Amino acid sequence: MDLFLQRVVDAITNGSTYALIAVAMVLIFKATTLINFAQGEQAMLGAFAVLQLWNWGIPMWGAVIIGMLFSGILAAGLERAFIRKFDPADHLPLVIITLGLFLVINAVAAIIWRFDPQSFPQLFPSGNAFTYNNVRLSWYSIFAFGSCVLVLFVLQTLLTRTKIGLAFRAVSSNLESSRLSGIKIGPTLQFGWALAAAAGTLGASIYAANPVLQIEPSMMLRALIFSVTAAALGGLDSLWGALIGGLTIGFVQSVVVQYIPFIPNEMSLSAAVVVLLIVLTLRPSGVLGTRAVERV
Amino acid sequence: MTSPILHVEDLKATYGPVQVLHGIDFTVFPKEIVVVLGANGAGKTTTLRSISGMIQTSGRIELNGEETRNLTPSEIVRRGVAHVPQGRGTFPELTVEENLKVGAFIRTDKDIKIDIDTCYENYPVLYERKTQMAGSLSGGEQQMLAVSRALMSRPQLLLMDEPSLGLAPQIVEDLFTRFVAINREQETTMLIVEQNAQLALDIANRGYVLESGRISVEGKAEELINDDAIRRAYLGA
Repeated sequence: MDLFLQRVVDAITNGSTYALIAVAMVLIFKATTLINFAQGEQAMLGAFAVLQLWNWGIPMWGAVIIGMLFSGILAAGLERAFIRKFDPADHLPLVIITLGLFLVINAVAAIIWRFDPQSFPQLFPSGNAFTYNNVRLSWYSIFAFGSCVLVLFVLQTLLTRTKIGLAFRAVSSNLESSRLSGIKIGPTLQFGWALAAAAGTLGASIYAANPVLQIEPSMMLRALIFSVTAAALGGLDSLWGALIGGLTIGFVQSVVVQYIPFIPNEMSLSAAVVVLLIVLTLRPSGVLGTRAVERV
Repeated sequence: MTSPILHVEDLKATYGPVQVLHGIDFTVFPKEIVVVLGANGAGKTTTLRSISGMIQTSGRIELNGEETRNLTPSEIVRRGVAHVPQGRGTFPELTVEENLKVGAFIRTDKDIKIDIDTCYENYPVLYERKTQMAGSLSGGEQQMLAVSRALMSRPQLLLMDEPSLGLAPQIVEDLFTRFVAINREQETTMLIVEQNAQLALDIANRGYVLESGRISVEGKAEELINDDAIRRAYLGA
């Protein structure tokens, strides 16, 4: 029983970090129905920037905020330079561009910071908040989950209560009528890219701050696959779906795989994808995704 | 007569290798309702899309005497043109009220709330549905919302692309009756593209007939209703 509870706690911890990257992908998908494969690498680069700033002596949370701003501005630049000139309805060139960005960002990070894993500073108090028999609920787990929920609330408020948020949702809903309402499509999508990258950087920083992990240029590769799966599972256009998807994937990874003896540990990635397959068969638009509304 | 709100001269437009508009000329004066009639593929939608800057064209398009042919759609909206596109002019995943707020996107004044209430007075059913997703509305309600959304930018000139398309006759009649009222009360000039010639000519001041990218007939609405060629082609008489 203790072991089971401990694994549920681990599931929530991992799931929260996957959800933060998934949220970033959901933001871009909502607006453009495009999956940005570079999202994880942008987040990793942002986390390295945070580490660098911290090494230069900036206080930890200050470094995180500057890192989020940095990756937001960088993403806005990437959108302007590589994405905007292409037709948003034609996905193939855009997908190839995001894959290209994935490789370039990974290489740049490796050149600057090397492939050696480095330890990332603590973002949250260390130690356990709560111990019951052998179940340990660390402060890290509580804060990782809390940050995820907080980010979702902030994003939701931004999208539903502000003018730019309304414009962003309008563009996601009907590109042509947005244009005809005077919304400038390019800058609106750019805002989405910046927002997504900032959320991703926070996610990667929290991920790297996990006491059992270290930061290195390839750290997001696994997390990216889990996050894409989480995003698809929750419904690619739903913010809260990303959280549900993230938690589900975390659960599959640390609970289901542990208790089903014929799935080897190495297969946890595949197990996650199988769960995705089952969910999408039953609900093609994901758990919380919008089913396409069309009236002719 | 007063100077025109919209003046189009020798307008040509192509989609890829196909030339759709072969140099058309027409004029719309303030407070008028002008209708452009034509069959499928005559170039009606292209004409409206040219005016709102959605496609590349050649020729002249003047709004209040100023050339707007090379402006972007968002600049043209800011000069007082609103466009209700064919079919889906709404944002299905946004609520009715949010749709109206998007319509007021270019505005920064304090009267947006008042105008939203005016929309609800025009179409009370929108008030009843204000927190519903636009995608859940019926076809007629969506068209009311699309028109209201366009009016929220306080346009001088409202372009409407086949507002009657796919709607039941009774609903179309109500819709068009409201157009006349809006035209009178809010002094909104309207350029309506239609296949439903009878209804459109009933509410219009003047009309143009577009055939294969050229204007074949023009005149006052009452003249067009009695024109033999038009009766044969569009009124089924």
